[in-house]
Amino acid sequence: MQLLYFAWVRERIGVGAEDVAVPEAVVNVADLICWLSGRSEGHAAALAEPAKLRAAIDQVFVSLDAPLAGAKEVAIFPPVTGG
Amino acid sequence: MISVSVQPAPIDLPSELAAVEIKGAGGIATFIGTVRGDDGVTELTLEHYPGMTEAVLIGLAEEAFARWGLLGVTIVHRVGPMAPGDHVVFIGTASAHRKEALESCAYLIDRLKTDAPFWKQERRGDATEWVEARASDADAAEKWA
Repeated sequence: MQLLYFAWVRERIGVGAEDVAVPEAVVNVADLICWLSGRSEGHAAALAEPAKLRAAIDQVFVSLDAPLAGAKEVAIFPPVTGG
Repeated sequence: MISVSVQPAPIDLPSELAAVEIKGAGGIATFIGTVRGDDGVTELTLEHYPGMTEAVLIGLAEEAFARWGLLGVTIVHRVGPMAPGDHVVFIGTASAHRKEALESCAYLIDRLKTDAPFWKQERRGDATEWVEARASDADAAEKWA
C-alpha cells in the first residue's frame, strides 16, 4: 500500500511517501494510524492525535473509520487550509 | 467552458479574466485571494496533493456549472512559496445574469477552502508555522449544502 503524507504530518514523519505491507488486523484508517505510530518516533509524533488528522483513500476524502479493503493509495494529512 | 489550473507560476490575471469572458455572458464575477502581510508574515507556502487537488477543483467547477447554469468557470490556484501581496487563487464565473455569476463565485471559494487538499505554511523570519483550519470556513461551506 502506498502511503502519502502532507504538511506537518509529512514533516514529522520525515518522508512524503512510503510503501508498506499492512497486517491483516489493520482494517480501517484509524487502525492504520495506530499501527503506523509504532514505526518510528517521527510517526508517533505525527500520528499521536488522530482527531487532528484527515485521510483520503485513492484520492477521495474518507472518515477515519473507512475500511482499507482494496485501497492502493492512502493519504494522511491535517485539515486543509487552501484558498 | 471549465478551466482549472494548479500552478507554481504567478497567476496571469489579464489572461485568466479574458479566458472567462464568454461570448453571451451578461455577468462575470471574480474572486482573487492574496497573501496577507499582516501579523509579520514574510512568506506563504502552499502545499497540495497532486492529482487529487486538480480532481476536486474540476468536480467543484462542474457542480457550480450545472447548479447555476454557467457559461464559464475558471479556477487557478498557485502552489509553492509566495510573498505578501501575491495572488494565491483566482476564481472567475460567467453567466447570463449577475446573480448566478456572483453566487457561484462565492460558492466556489467557500467550498474550495474546505474541500480542496491544500495546506498553508506561514513564515515569519526564520520561524515557520502551519496554518490551522478555521471553524468559520467549515460553516461557510456548510451553508451551500
